[in-house]
Amino acid sequence: MQREVLLGDEAVGLGAIHAGLSGVYGYPGTPSTEIFEFVEQRTAGSGDVHAFWSTNEKVAYEEALGMSWAGKRALVCMKHVGLNVAADAFMNSAVTGTNGGLVLAVADDPGMHSSQNEQDSRVYAQFALIPCFEPRDQQECYDMMIEAFDLSEELALPVMVRLVTRLAHSRSGVATREPRPQNALHPTREIRKWTLLPSNARVQYRHLIDKQPELLRRAEDSVHNRLNLAGRRGVIACGIANNYFLENVDDGHDLSVLSLAQYPVPAGRIRRLVEHVDDLLVLEDGYPVVENMVRGLFGLNGVRIRGRMTGEVPRTGELNPDLVRSALELPPHPTAHQPSPSLAGRPPALCKGCPHTDTFRALNEALSEFENPQVFSDIGCYTLAAFPPLEAIHSCVAMGASIGMAAGAAHAGYRPAVAAIGDSTFSHGGITPLLSAVQQGVNLKVIVLDNGTVGMTGTQRSMSTGDALDHIILGAGVAPEHLRIIEPTPANHAANVQILRDELAWDGTSVIIARRTCLEAIKRKVS
Amino acid sequence: MQTNIILAGVGGQGILSIAYVIDNAALDAGFHFKQAEVHGMAQRGGAVQSHLRYGDGPIHSDLVPTGRADLVLSVEPLEVMRYWHYLSPDGWVVASVTPYVNIPDYPELDGLIEDLAEFGRVVLVDSNLIARAAGNLRAQNMVVVGAAAPLLHFPDSTLEKYVEMLFAGKGQKTVDVNVRAFRLGRAAGLFFRGLVDGGVSIPDAVRLCRKIDPATVDPAHGPAWAAAIHGDRQLLEQVLANESTVPCDRVAAPA
Repeated sequence: MQREVLLGDEAVGLGAIHAGLSGVYGYPGTPSTEIFEFVEQRTAGSGDVHAFWSTNEKVAYEEALGMSWAGKRALVCMKHVGLNVAADAFMNSAVTGTNGGLVLAVADDPGMHSSQNEQDSRVYAQFALIPCFEPRDQQECYDMMIEAFDLSEELALPVMVRLVTRLAHSRSGVATREPRPQNALHPTREIRKWTLLPSNARVQYRHLIDKQPELLRRAEDSVHNRLNLAGRRGVIACGIANNYFLENVDDGHDLSVLSLAQYPVPAGRIRRLVEHVDDLLVLEDGYPVVENMVRGLFGLNGVRIRGRMTGEVPRTGELNPDLVRSALELPPHPTAHQPSPSLAGRPPALCKGCPHTDTFRALNEALSEFENPQVFSDIGCYTLAAFPPLEAIHSCVAMGASIGMAAGAAHAGYRPAVAAIGDSTFSHGGITPLLSAVQQGVNLKVIVLDNGTVGMTGTQRSMSTGDALDHIILGAGVAPEHLRIIEPTPANHAANVQILRDELAWDGTSVIIARRTCLEAIKRKVS
Repeated sequence: MQTNIILAGVGGQGILSIAYVIDNAALDAGFHFKQAEVHGMAQRGGAVQSHLRYGDGPIHSDLVPTGRADLVLSVEPLEVMRYWHYLSPDGWVVASVTPYVNIPDYPELDGLIEDLAEFGRVVLVDSNLIARAAGNLRAQNMVVVGAAAPLLHFPDSTLEKYVEMLFAGKGQKTVDVNVRAFRLGRAAGLFFRGLVDGGVSIPDAVRLCRKIDPATVDPAHGPAWAAAIHGDRQLLEQVLANESTVPCDRVAAPA
């Protein structure tokens, strides 16, 4: 038996490889990026596993579903908000069902370390009516991937593996097994199952509903859902919350505990627990999913249920051992020093010499003749331009949203309507809103910050940069004379400001590409 | 036995490289370990920390609870203060006194050193000076690991083995520089404690260490320096007034 030092993300990747993976799909997003990267690096050169970043999560999901259709095992990975993008394909893949094993590894970000919200993907698993694993540690990340692929093929359903930031980005030793060979190509012949015309979809949806008792039975019997009845005070600890619980209790504790790591929620085990206790604390790193299910609308007679909804655990933010300690009503550990209250903050910032800085300096100056100009922006390193000293952007909502929102503001009469978006974000979600804007002749200025890479997540390959980007923009119908390309450098500042001013003065859809390679990407290529 | 460490620094300072060395030493020793780190947005020049835990029994939480850290290990002085509430009442700080100034309101360095001196259980090294002596300013992270080595539970040879493995892909010269940084950092940390345990104040010990050639530092001379300074206050001022550094073994005639 081998032991390797692996991040939770990497353990997921290795588990998938050892489960006989044929293809990995995804779009970079913290904290999920390292799943794909690990598979890509570990299988590089072997030609065995298809590993190529997709343009967005929906495309990734559909590619993975196609691999499954062909009878092979596919892993699709993304961050929690990425699943919103993939949701159409995801929800319907539960209705079609799968052929080769299909596992969705999704990394949630409670506490929003690098995200716009802290949505809990377990809700999505429940919504789509599919099984979900929630590993507690790196070893389970590895083991549960293998189990998830087997379960997916047994039930002919996609299976979700849900991680949180702290597990995705934490390392530990992982014991590994002998790899299983890949499946042979065996495309499905069940055409009706995969053609969700209403008449077929009704049949398939019925099948999905009919599978639910079996899913529940699996969760009830799962070795991962451990119930230990002791005293009259109870705890339900989901996934990583179980670690924070164990951190705070001694072996001799008298609490009755249900540790959950496989869903759907095993109602039978929970019933046994609630019938045994009169006080129940529910610990979850994410939404109060289980807590609310146990409480229902009206609570339980004779059992006090506590958790995020009752204030024992904060309603928002990441769980940690200190919060669990307090919820268990244990005294805080003594410390050597009080927290320093007025310490100078050290927020992340654009790198010194970053091309985005030069672009936004020029944009700020070009916009200075307007009163309180606001710029719609998007998701990437350039979102850091919201902070001083640049303070150059004024929105960040969803991948690609800058262009659609700027168009909507323009429809309402807002001038100047300016969108700032990176080259990779543009390929992810910016092409379709640009096409819409061109068709409508909207007075909209789109700045594409083309640094040739996906910078924030570690310089992955961009799908639309350089010539390819120019062709896409012209292909969307932008007038060639209003596609302007600038090189954002301090020396070009005055010329760039003038180009921006000229386009701002024109009543139509312009695209200004600010093209200069990311410094981090250059550094990584050299080293 | 369980050891809990908070690694601290600024994105780009090589915190994860420190973690690599200690993680693998822990695995090598047959310990259980967990090490949580920060990726993504914060790595762009922001405050970065990593929680590293190892021990002979299972480690549950990936995060160190408040009040349970044995060590805050920081490549930078200000970042210590972001995390020292994690320290247990007998926890230690190992830190560089080389500030990383990328914010407009970075506090005065002397004030930071006074705060660290008041805390007391500190090992302070000038990672800039020592890394330069080792051959590359980027090796400051390995200087700090070296300074912390006596507080960890691994033979130096094990730690050095993983320093070598970490840099193996970058050529023998880089490997040598980093191993040297580790060794000089270790010696500097022990020498610093020798001074402090011998009665030299922490701010004075910091200032004195900056005036001794890092390549010559030998912990065995620590007590002699402490005794000499104790006997003759002018000696310290004399060394501090020097433009260049002095070799560590010239305790008696530092000028």
